[in-house]
Amino acid sequence: MIQLKNVKKVYRTATVETLALSDITLNVERGEFLSIMGPSGCGKSTLLNIMGLLDAPTNGEIRIDEEKTDRLSDKQLANFRNRKLGFIFQNYHLINDLKVLDNVELPLLYRGGVPIKRSKLASEALFKVGLSNRMKHFPTQLSGGQKQRVAIARAIVGNPEIILADEPTGNLDSSMGNEVMEILLNLNKNEGTTIVMVTHDENMARKTHRLVRLFDGAQVQ
Amino acid sequence: MLKNYFKIAIAVLKRRKFFTFISLFGISFTLTILMVLAAFIHKVVGDDYPDTKRSRSLFVTELQETGMSQGGMSSASGAPSYWFLNKYAATLKSPEKVTLFSSSRGTNTYVNNKKIALYYKYTDATYWDVLDYEFLEGKPFTAQQVLNGEPVTVISDDIRKEYFGSEGSVVGKYIEADNVRYRVCGVVKSFPIISYMLYSDIYLPFTVSKTSYNDRSYRGNYNAILLGRSSGDLERMHDEFESVVKKLPTSDKVYQNLYCHAKTYLEAYADMGNEGKSGVNFAIIVVSIFTLIVMLLPTLNLININITRIMERSSEIGVRKAFGASSSTLAYQFIVENIILTLLGGLIACVFSFIIMKLLNSSGLIHHLDLSLNWFVLLIGLGIALVFGLLSGVYPAWRMSKLHVVTALREQ
Ligand SMILES: Nc1ncnc2c1ncn2[C@@H]1O[C@H](COP(=O)(O)OP(=O)(O)OP(=O)(O)O)[C@@H](O)[C@H]1O
Ligand SMILES: [Mg+2]
Repeated sequence: MIQLKNVKKVYRTATVETLALSDITLNVERGEFLSIMGPSGCGKSTLLNIMGLLDAPTNGEIRIDEEKTDRLSDKQLANFRNRKLGFIFQNYHLINDLKVLDNVELPLLYRGGVPIKRSKLASEALFKVGLSNRMKHFPTQLSGGQKQRVAIARAIVGNPEIILADEPTGNLDSSMGNEVMEILLNLNKNEGTTIVMVTHDENMARKTHRLVRLFDGAQVQ
Repeated sequence: MLKNYFKIAIAVLKRRKFFTFISLFGISFTLTILMVLAAFIHKVVGDDYPDTKRSRSLFVTELQETGMSQGGMSSASGAPSYWFLNKYAATLKSPEKVTLFSSSRGTNTYVNNKKIALYYKYTDATYWDVLDYEFLEGKPFTAQQVLNGEPVTVISDDIRKEYFGSEGSVVGKYIEADNVRYRVCGVVKSFPIISYMLYSDIYLPFTVSKTSYNDRSYRGNYNAILLGRSSGDLERMHDEFESVVKKLPTSDKVYQNLYCHAKTYLEAYADMGNEGKSGVNFAIIVVSIFTLIVMLLPTLNLININITRIMERSSEIGVRKAFGASSSTLAYQFIVENIILTLLGGLIACVFSFIIMKLLNSSGLIHHLDLSLNWFVLLIGLGIALVFGLLSGVYPAWRMSKLHVVTALREQ
């Protein structure tokens, strides 16, 4: 589903050059739930961003669903992300000015389509994460766990084949973290969604199909 | 999609009320100034009482002669004479009608030992056909009365009140000016002096004028209006008059050039007294520069506020990009949001300018001024609000859309 071949990422600033990823070759199968672990600064987020086409590698090649991605224009990339990918972030990144339902609808906005259908899909997604009763709330009125569930609803509303989650439970206590993890596991099992998750939590990682460990930008396991 | 932009725009505006207040104040203040100015300009250049046929009329108001002699420039300009216009304008074939009338002059009259300043104007009988004066009572003087040089007059409603008091009908009564008694034959509705070409308190047949209207000099103090059957006649009338004037010799050998044009109202109004140059372009440049200057500060202010706001919204920008918004979609969203803001300012400006126009109208600064929030003013307001929204939105939107997703998401 996701194929990385000799991916290298160097961050250059005026004074320093940081090698964030040295030479990663990695294959994520369709329907796989993969977790990525490693110490802080080892390049986990960088790897995930490159998989999600949010950032371009310095060298190497990424194929998603057999499609080469290096030649896509800004518009095509946006469209590609919109159809194939869903993102979940550690600090939720909900838009505080919008109600929960509008937050969840967001990916559908960039797809066109009728407003009524959008809000129906969004409420279905909220139902899946158990937040049907919070649709008219604003994000600031929710707990951390609830916010992350809204973020999951937003990630799945467009029915993407791949979900990329960067420490989705990092800001949550263990019971809320487990709840979120449960939702992701079910999504993977029932809908066959391919999931790549960065985590610091061995217990979470153990529940997934496969674990990749990074150290200093290189894959060590 | 627009509805969503609207939602977020309103939410963002509500979030930082102080910024919003400052921006809205700047926008609506600026727009108010410009809309009141537009109302003034519309009053001045639009088809307006009593000159409702302006769009198919040409005006001859200036005659200029220039020449080089003994190393110096000599030039003379002013209104043409009755004789000149009667000979060369009234005889044109292309206009449906031509009226000749003098510029307004001031004099004093006395009623019950009270001095009243009044303007008088000499006209022919066609004047009343070409222009659309509204008669509150009586009727205009006739061609026959003009021919006979009868001392009759049409007076304005204002002077009726001032001279006769508020008593009933005054037709048949006499009004004295410059020691001559004129019999009132009609009373017309007054209008503001902005239409200075037509403004007067009493209108007299030109044949009662003491100065000889048959004086054979080019310059005098008369104007002509050439009325076409439709605005399509304007060009033909203009060209015909132009070809007549071209054949004329100058009035004196010190001059080599004679300029006298039949112009549209706007051209005649905006004239600078130099017949070689167009006053309209100059007027447009002046108004544009004024508009730019008035808009400059609020635009810069808005650009600044917008950039600050973008930085606050970097998380939103990142999320939107991650979930499928392209840079151009985002820029478009932001520009639309900004236009919503400026349109909101426009709405407030409508209320402000309505109030200010009412105040100006009732202040008596200019008599009979009736500025109004008409379609022209609204259209100008809308146009400026849109331009404003674009000007102050494009640069911040461009900056926003260039923000890298990963950077945008990292900033908190
Ligand atoms: N925009 C950037 N410019 C320069 N260096 C960067 C940039 N982004 C990341 N880096 C560097 O690249 C390396 C990898 O960063 P990355 O964010 O991928 O780490 P991480 O494994 O996600 O860490 P954490 O667990 O703390 O989130 C780090 O050394 C970091 O300092
Ligand atoms: Mg990270």
